[in-house]
Amino acid sequence: MIRKTFLLSVVLLTVSVALFAQSEKYTGAMKASISLLDTALYNGTLADLANRFERIGEAEKTQWLPYYYASYCVVMSSFMEKDKSKTDAIADRAEALITKAETLNGGENSETCVIRSMIASSHMMVDPQTRYMQYGQVSSAHITKAKSLDPTNPRPVYLEGQAKFYTPEQFGGGKAPAKELFEKAMVMFDTFKPATELSPAWGKTSTQYFLAQTK
Amino acid sequence: MRSVSILLLLILTGLAGYAQTTVSGRIKDNKGRPAAGVSITIKDSYDGATSDSLGRFSFKTTEKGEHLLSASSVGYKPFELKVNLDAVLQPIEIVLREELNELTAVTVTAGSFEAGDSKRTTVLSSLDIVTTASANADITGAIKTLPGTQQVGEKEGLFVRGGSGEEAKVFIDGTVVNNFFFSSVPDIASRGRFSPFLFKGTVFSSGGYSALYGQALSGALILETIDLPENSSASLGISSVGLSTGYQQLAKNKRSSWGIGYNYTNLYPYFKLVKQTPDYFTVPAFHNGEANFRIKTSKTGIIKFYGYFNYSDLGLRRKDIDSAALKDAFSLKNFNVYTNLSWKEKLGKHWKVNAGLGYSNNIDKIGNELQNEQNIKQQIVQEPYDTKDFYVRSGGILAQAKLVFERRITGLSLLRIGSEYLYSEDQTDFTNRYNNPAVNSFFREHFNAVFAETDIYVTNGLAAKLGGRFERSSILDKSNIAPRASLAYKIGKGQASFAYGIFYQKPERGYLFFNENLQYQRATHYIANYQQISTGYTFRSEIFYKKYKDLTTTFPDTSNNGYGDAKGIEFFWRDKKTFKGVDYWISYSFLDTKRSYLNYPLALTPNFAARHTSSLVIKKFLTNIKTQFNASYTFATGRPYYRFSYNSSNNKYVIADQGRTITYNNLSLSVNYLPNIGKQGAKRFVVWVFSVTNVLGNNQVYNYNYSYNGSRKEAVTPPAAKFIFLGCFLSFGVDRSEDIINSNL
Repeated sequence: MIRKTFLLSVVLLTVSVALFAQSEKYTGAMKASISLLDTALYNGTLADLANRFERIGEAEKTQWLPYYYASYCVVMSSFMEKDKSKTDAIADRAEALITKAETLNGGENSETCVIRSMIASSHMMVDPQTRYMQYGQVSSAHITKAKSLDPTNPRPVYLEGQAKFYTPEQFGGGKAPAKELFEKAMVMFDTFKPATELSPAWGKTSTQYFLAQTK
Repeated sequence: MRSVSILLLLILTGLAGYAQTTVSGRIKDNKGRPAAGVSITIKDSYDGATSDSLGRFSFKTTEKGEHLLSASSVGYKPFELKVNLDAVLQPIEIVLREELNELTAVTVTAGSFEAGDSKRTTVLSSLDIVTTASANADITGAIKTLPGTQQVGEKEGLFVRGGSGEEAKVFIDGTVVNNFFFSSVPDIASRGRFSPFLFKGTVFSSGGYSALYGQALSGALILETIDLPENSSASLGISSVGLSTGYQQLAKNKRSSWGIGYNYTNLYPYFKLVKQTPDYFTVPAFHNGEANFRIKTSKTGIIKFYGYFNYSDLGLRRKDIDSAALKDAFSLKNFNVYTNLSWKEKLGKHWKVNAGLGYSNNIDKIGNELQNEQNIKQQIVQEPYDTKDFYVRSGGILAQAKLVFERRITGLSLLRIGSEYLYSEDQTDFTNRYNNPAVNSFFREHFNAVFAETDIYVTNGLAAKLGGRFERSSILDKSNIAPRASLAYKIGKGQASFAYGIFYQKPERGYLFFNENLQYQRATHYIANYQQISTGYTFRSEIFYKKYKDLTTTFPDTSNNGYGDAKGIEFFWRDKKTFKGVDYWISYSFLDTKRSYLNYPLALTPNFAARHTSSLVIKKFLTNIKTQFNASYTFATGRPYYRFSYNSSNNKYVIADQGRTITYNNLSLSVNYLPNIGKQGAKRFVVWVFSVTNVLGNNQVYNYNYSYNGSRKEAVTPPAAKFIFLGCFLSFGVDRSEDIINSNL
């Protein structure tokens, strides 16, 4: 009897160790990958990092965050693509990834809406003059949605500021209105608490960068 | 106890067994070039890498045993390979195969111009249509700046590649539209009835179009209506020709919307200011009402309804060509109803359905009266004056249903099958001195068609479209089979397309009155096209040959003895890149056509065909003054005109006189001023439009009319040299959701 209980407890222990190890492995891999985000933005390794997140997502099968980050990396790389004829296909990949993230998450949330807004902007940037009507509206609609799903999320506010920054003054854009939004976003970044240690927390550095540009 | 130690041992060896295996190799594409940025992974593990610019990859894995190695990249088919990680792995050579992709794949473009948002590579967008200076916000006005079309100003319609206006049909959401243009007065072209803002997509096909469409010998203008609006809004427009109001309500859940609109056009103030050549005794006035609803039935499905109503009245007096002392007073009342209900839905994984129902009713009441200089009715029982008093009431009803199923086969390849049924009734009552009471003609038609079409993608660089239509008309009591085929092939940065097809069209209803045994008219198209589209510019060139057979002839009897052909070459260049902020396009068409039809004594170049036509359209938006400037210039060489006279001695028509009109020149300018574009929190959007056509006042002659005895001829010219338009359009967004969100932040 004792032997049986012992055996059972060892088995339980092993299983939980394995489970713990598994989640530890996931958290560790995610943390390590997330820490590479900033450098990947500057040294052109966004695609590698996207693949890395996607591998984690494919292996885990139930986590939405790996796909979320993969999509974020891909959409950022689409903005950096110099050959505009390739941009649409890259943005489409970002969309496929964010759709996977939303499916696993059981629907959209404020953060996935942020990515969707960026995807629409990426399509728009290929040919702003003709695509503004279509993608400009989609992009701003997702910002609005992101704000309504989580009014404390600073990222949609940052994106809004960025959109204003690049809009000519005659169209209601320019540095002054952008600055207001970046300042608002900075305040929000300071109070924003990511739900978990893996949850999205990017954007503050970029907001600071843009804020400096508005001066 | 022993089992426990074994268990512990297993755990320990398991932990100790994190020995690593190196996986490395090289990836190429199907053309042998290194594939960079490919993601390589041991399936269901975190281990993997991304290939470098030489296609090389290398990574270490702690996985053991049999696993799947997968390689994936945008534009390639996923690759999988079984590997055993227990052994030392040799470098792996991987060849990826290209995946068929809608964005990079060729599209069959011979003959057709896509304009709108349905494809990402747009030639002309809806906004382009309303900012084309010469178009006056008329859809076909903008289409007339594209190659393949003629600058015909004396009659409405698209005159495509040597075809008459009746040979081009308009389709809205898949179903054909009768009376797309306002009913017209002889020698004056009328506008299209529908606003360009109603449509999100425009495909203009100048030949070789899909088997889904039939009964048009020359061209098809395929329009797709907009989906749900982004916001609820109200609109108001005030212009030099009338007033317009509209309201659109989007449901809270953004799954449905409805809208109504009303336009009142009255040219009285405008005609007071700008003198018109004809004497309008009833100044044109139009009442248009419209209503719509759109319901999203699922993520992929939508039901759309559009209904339109028009009542218009006009009357004008022009000099009689046979006598300087007489005038012709022409009056026209039009009543028109058009409705369209369509449904689009994805059925399961592979099927899509497109269904459409349409009903329309058009009544024209046309009268002509011979008057003297004091505008008093004259009754002269002498040729040709005896037939100049007449009254016609013509009514037409069309009810139709169309159903198309689309099935994805593999990759991008598709199969479309469908059928359509059109029921129509046309009644014309004609009254004059010799036909009183009225002589009536009535036709009832049941028209059926079934069609099938397949898009076959062999590779991203080679695609074919094969299809056919079977049609049956009860009124002709005849059937036909119309095959269509086209091919697209990628060459370097561009693509070449070829199209072939047979097109049938019933004779115009009026001719059936004289002979009920007429048959289908027929055209065969051969088109070769080269196109290169890149961000910022579009280049197209196209050569075509079109052969006409069985065209309607009216002499010696009404029959199908007509024939003809048309050949030509066309170029189109659009560039948004070279000059900063400037968008311009140039089109050129060369047309060589001859036909024998109606009462033509032999094959002649018809009076609606100019040999050379060219257009230049330029647009520039100046952000600092929030104003867009548009200009367009169109040039066409003169068109032939004829006087045929009947020679009773040998019972033949002969050319009694002929000539060529002067060249056609039209420089048009328009300005759009958007004062509060981008204004933060603006709930009102204002657009000012000012446009002038034929700014230089060039003399425009479209044709010549001859007197009965042939001694006089008179130029057919526009009612006024210029058309000037000034309007202010306001829209008010009534969606306050953004305010609410903002105030909650």
